[in-house]
Amino acid sequence: MNWHAIKVIYKFEMLRTWNTLLQSIASPVISTSLYFVVFGAAIGSRIESVEGISYGAFIVPGLMMLSLLTQSISNASFGIYFPKFTGTIYEILSAPMSFVEVVIGYVGAAATKSLIIGFIILATAGLFVDLQIAHPIWMLSFLILTCITFALFGFIIGIWADNFEKLQLIPLLVITPLVFLGGSFYSVSMLPPAWQTVTLFNPVLYLISGFRWSFFEVADVSVGLSLSMILLFLAICLGIVWWMFKTGYKIRQ
Amino acid sequence: MQPIVSVSNLSKRYASGHQALDSVSLDIDKGEILALLGPNGAGKTTLISIICGIVTPTTGSVKVNGHDNASEYRKTRKMIGLVPQELTLGAFDTVWNTLCFSRGLHGHPPDPAHIEKTLRQLSLWEKRDSTLMTLSGGMKRRVLIGKALSHQPAILFLDEPTAGVDVELRKEMWALVNELRESGVTIILTTHYIEEAEEIADRIGVISDGRLLLVEEKSALMEKMGNKRLTIDLRQAITEVPPALAEYDLQLSDTGDQLTYTYDTRRERTGITALLQALNDTGLSLRDINTSQSSLEEIFVNLVSDS
Repeated sequence: MNWHAIKVIYKFEMLRTWNTLLQSIASPVISTSLYFVVFGAAIGSRIESVEGISYGAFIVPGLMMLSLLTQSISNASFGIYFPKFTGTIYEILSAPMSFVEVVIGYVGAAATKSLIIGFIILATAGLFVDLQIAHPIWMLSFLILTCITFALFGFIIGIWADNFEKLQLIPLLVITPLVFLGGSFYSVSMLPPAWQTVTLFNPVLYLISGFRWSFFEVADVSVGLSLSMILLFLAICLGIVWWMFKTGYKIRQ
Repeated sequence: MQPIVSVSNLSKRYASGHQALDSVSLDIDKGEILALLGPNGAGKTTLISIICGIVTPTTGSVKVNGHDNASEYRKTRKMIGLVPQELTLGAFDTVWNTLCFSRGLHGHPPDPAHIEKTLRQLSLWEKRDSTLMTLSGGMKRRVLIGKALSHQPAILFLDEPTAGVDVELRKEMWALVNELRESGVTIILTTHYIEEAEEIADRIGVISDGRLLLVEEKSALMEKMGNKRLTIDLRQAITEVPPALAEYDLQLSDTGDQLTYTYDTRRERTGITALLQALNDTGLSLRDINTSQSSLEEIFVNLVSDS
């Protein structure tokens, strides 16, 4: 393993976060606070509780997932897209590194940033609502798995994209709607039966459900199914990344 | 002696259908400076990119110090430093950090002393904390060289290193290349500038349309392929070349006081003695005689146009 290479890529990517601290850290904190003001205070005052949990606390896992998914994707996709855009990717391609090491460096840094943001959102949420985590180990496992999986997904988007518009396309047009419609701000049981069935086709539902279970022991689908779905998505992403490096898809001519 | 780089039957056809390289074979000896000359789109950058691992060949193989660059890429890439043609640098990183980054990528632990030495060698020490976007084009070029040298490579590829740089910097780079060669580094450079190849290379390869037309020692190439010119200054101008001298195919200058005779140094008889005798017989009075050799540029143009 070329640990020195992994270390410098990881360090470089993390340094980029500190250079854009306001955008990286302050932005998710502000948007989370706004969500609490709008959903927690304005709407939450009209909904007493969802499945025995105060509405403000109920939306915390969904809010965290919303930020984690979008941040993991954007951090990782930008991380690999920017060297492609500037041409500095030649250094990565001519370095004595395997694709595993490249992925560990970029995806590891993107997942770390998302994880930090996740904890910041959790701390921010703690200021607005009384939070209890029923299964902290499971919560952390879901958190880490989600960060890594979606950072991998972002990495794939970064390799696939050949302009800045494509870089934003999937996070904006696919991920954000899926998170909103995946039970971030409501329980699936609150929907009419037909829509409940439709929602089951939304993969993000399984992430949010499992994550919410680790907080409140309340879930829309079984925890095992949630975990299986994340692991399945992780395996698919790893497979795609492996194929991209093997064939040189949009990286190596 | 085993060549440090050995290229065998290398071909590359891009997805667009463009045949960038066509069965190129080439051995590069340790410690030499090889210049690859060729017009735009000749395949120079593709050849370098394949050796460095950036481009995958369609057919053929590359060995670096006896190691295959596909199956043993860790060993081969560790030995290679590459300075790309374009000024491909990030914007917000500092000079110091970007050199440390390149060193780490090649699997080397941090070595501040070596980075400092490299920066000083490239006159970049004062700029070590500057961000890359604040540097001039010439400085960016030096940073790229610094990045390539940060992991102490045994082989250095310079893809048009002096394209767009001023004369002073170009000469500084030539001096640096000579310094590196003296320290044992093998250097392969591509260039458009014939004078660059003429000035610093030991051997010269000419590529055109993806084919390696020749690789020769620079001096041997010039000797072997160069025509020489004998210029004869006359004391009195003439209006035409005397018929008795027709067989020598002399060129008369517009002013009428200079005759030029072109001859091939490879021929056993150059015809100079006979020409001088014939000149004497026609009664022409000579003021001066001098000879000059074809420049590399003329040789290059002839080769490429013949291909």
